[in-house]
Amino acid sequence: MSGHRRVVVTGVGVVAPGGVTREAFWSAVTAGRTATRRITLFDASPFRSRVAAECDFDPAAAGLTPRQVRRSDRYIQFAMAAAAEAVTDSGLVFDEPTANATGVTMGTAVGGTTALETEYVVASDSGQQWLVDPDYASPFLYQALMPSSLAADVGCQFGAHGPAQVVSTGCTSGIDAIGYGYQLVADGEVEVMIAGASDSPISPVTLASFDAIKATSPDDSDPEHASRPFDRDRRGFILGEGGAVLVLEELEHARRRGAHIYCEVAGFATRSNAFHMTGLRPDGVEMARAISDALAQGRLAPTTVSYINAHGSGTKQNDRHETAAFKRALGEHAYQVPVSSIKSMVGHSLGAIGAIEMAACALAIEHGVVPPTANWANRDPECDLDYTPNTAREHKVDVALSVGSGFGGFQSAMVFRAPNGLPAAEGAGKRKAGVGR
Amino acid sequence: MTPRAVITGIGIVCASGIGVDTYWKTALSGETRIGRITQFDPSRYDTTLAGEVEGFGAAEHMPSRFVVQTDRWTHLAFCAAGQALADAGIDPEALDPYDMSVALASGSGGNAFGQRELQHLWSSSSRTVGAYQSIAWFYAATVGQLSIRHGMKGPSVVLVSESAGGLDSFAHAARLVRRGTPVVLAGGTEAPLSPYALTCQQHNHAMTSRTDPAHAYCPFDVDADGYVPGEGGAVFVVEDLDHALARGAPVIYGEIAGAAATFDGRPSRRRGGFDVEQYARAMTTALHRAGRRPEDVDVVFPDALGLPAADRDESAALRAAFGSASPVVTTQKPLVGRLYQGGAALDAATALLAMRHDLLPPAGVRTPAPGCDLNFVAEVTPTPVTTAMINARGFDGFNASVVLHRYQQEEK
Repeated sequence: MSGHRRVVVTGVGVVAPGGVTREAFWSAVTAGRTATRRITLFDASPFRSRVAAECDFDPAAAGLTPRQVRRSDRYIQFAMAAAAEAVTDSGLVFDEPTANATGVTMGTAVGGTTALETEYVVASDSGQQWLVDPDYASPFLYQALMPSSLAADVGCQFGAHGPAQVVSTGCTSGIDAIGYGYQLVADGEVEVMIAGASDSPISPVTLASFDAIKATSPDDSDPEHASRPFDRDRRGFILGEGGAVLVLEELEHARRRGAHIYCEVAGFATRSNAFHMTGLRPDGVEMARAISDALAQGRLAPTTVSYINAHGSGTKQNDRHETAAFKRALGEHAYQVPVSSIKSMVGHSLGAIGAIEMAACALAIEHGVVPPTANWANRDPECDLDYTPNTAREHKVDVALSVGSGFGGFQSAMVFRAPNGLPAAEGAGKRKAGVGR
Repeated sequence: MTPRAVITGIGIVCASGIGVDTYWKTALSGETRIGRITQFDPSRYDTTLAGEVEGFGAAEHMPSRFVVQTDRWTHLAFCAAGQALADAGIDPEALDPYDMSVALASGSGGNAFGQRELQHLWSSSSRTVGAYQSIAWFYAATVGQLSIRHGMKGPSVVLVSESAGGLDSFAHAARLVRRGTPVVLAGGTEAPLSPYALTCQQHNHAMTSRTDPAHAYCPFDVDADGYVPGEGGAVFVVEDLDHALARGAPVIYGEIAGAAATFDGRPSRRRGGFDVEQYARAMTTALHRAGRRPEDVDVVFPDALGLPAADRDESAALRAAFGSASPVVTTQKPLVGRLYQGGAALDAATALLAMRHDLLPPAGVRTPAPGCDLNFVAEVTPTPVTTAMINARGFDGFNASVVLHRYQQEEK
């Protein structure tokens, strides 16, 4: 049974900075529009890094009820909005057999830490008491303590009865959660997975944590152009927030109901560098292994890759590390493929970004457009690939590779393939291709 | 042929102490190791009891640089993982790094570490935290550090489904073995006893406020009043059977015969009621995948939340899955507390030890509550244990079931 079932993407939902629906997101990133700005969610003036990519998110407009809003931390609200959009997009109806065969896998790096911090400040009287006072705590604190609440709340949205899990591997959580969901469908454990990720980490404790290790950029002189992946003068990543959800479905299941198919999941692999929690060796060996394995699962030669959606966080070491990994895995072909980092526009939303980037890959295949790396101005001798600088490119994408790299040493890769050769489904091609301007 | 996943190493740390032997002795004796919380003054909290690992010295189980970078939750996992590898006779340095993975469950993260740093951040004018906050508090800290400590470069993952996570980790370890990684660390630990973490737990309305350790956590009993939290858990070496045989593994405790997870799809009722049908479906599916019938199961380790409604629903789910086969049931959770994702992992360890010794430890249920009249193990019972089922429920709606089977050479 294992490995022979084919898995396709039939729904996409996105909540991202600069675009809180799938269409708005795609229009923003293909326009090269950045969503980074001085932090407005709280007073960030005491911190070293004061710029982030925030979502202008209205939960009511996204269809959430007052109770859902009261109960759910911001990252769960993002996930519920993105999941609703993805499921609507897929056209799935959850009758009993479908609900029993539908699982949920959601990634998050830091889960409810924003809510935990907010409530902590009250219960501890601004850190004055070690023995915090439970009488001042929110009734929904348990949901904040346990990040599994994310999968629970998304599962309850649709009454899904298949396996539900949160995958929490730091900054590769999104890609790993979708990869986990893909394996469950491929192995025949379920027919459908609602798979994605969400994080809302823009909070004092997260800012302070990244300040302490100087991972984020301290430059707030020009917030709109602060995230500069692959540029010679990059100074660290810019924190972001958001969520994205894909509907993964077994190919025949999708065909039977005439679903629109964005793309096929050709492979997923992850490796650990077993080296350092935050440091990367410059050679990119483990990430290259993950890329090669993911391509091999789809029986794809390295030369078939037509777009690389990079991790491209904009730290000195990351961009060098993954450039080396692309060359190691793809050889000379690495120089022929357009590469881009949408973190230049939507920031780095930790666990969420991997899912947002997989959504971008599905949309790049769908529309034949590669989003750019914004804010690219100066070539770094160690980052010498084609990073699709500043302007989106019309480009037929048959095979899209996305990678993630994160704290803990996790290196993940996922490959999407255009639905060429798959029988045309009802509604295929109904969407208008186009580059946002 | 699809690789078979067997367990070749066990490591335990919980309120009974460190190691398989002290735990097994506690399980057979039925003596509770729960007591009043000592890590801080619990007087102002509704729950004052817990299963603590007394006198745990992290430095004995890991190099000092790892001690300072990590929370007690990670220390406990290092302790259990080290035992499991030694038990399995595996020297990670002698294996290909890409042939080893870490696939532990995670629960609430590095609680005490996180609270200390939050306190520093909010009580000082500098608005700073220490350099290790970014790698100690988050849910992947333990798996990342273990991969570094033991040089494990294979596909690793961190699964979170509250108390069901320990079993989801088993299922994924078997999946990784089937997909070609021969050695996987599975299971999980939890350290839920910082003041703030306890405050958060108080809001699930499922812990007891009783103060007598001997009558606090009484699942399935007429006295059931909620659970007592505990720290620790279990870590396992899950291994490809052929790999284990080829290297002459000292012990093959058992095989992961089948696993399944389902989800309620709606929030649980207050104080514990849940979806009986979906919980039973997890059990039935795990049995089906294991190729076993209900009557083949020698013992069931239930979730045993200890709230009357949850216990009744769990009993109903067992009846629904087993019909007239009425399985033998036992639980040792009341002895060491509820360890969240570490708890189901510990139950799996108990099941494997029961198989190894052909002994069933007692359940300690004195007077079953109405609707909970299961076939509980009353005293230590010598009996062949070939097939065991471990079940777990995670807040809010996660169901998981794993079927373990004694390894039998002739089946190969």
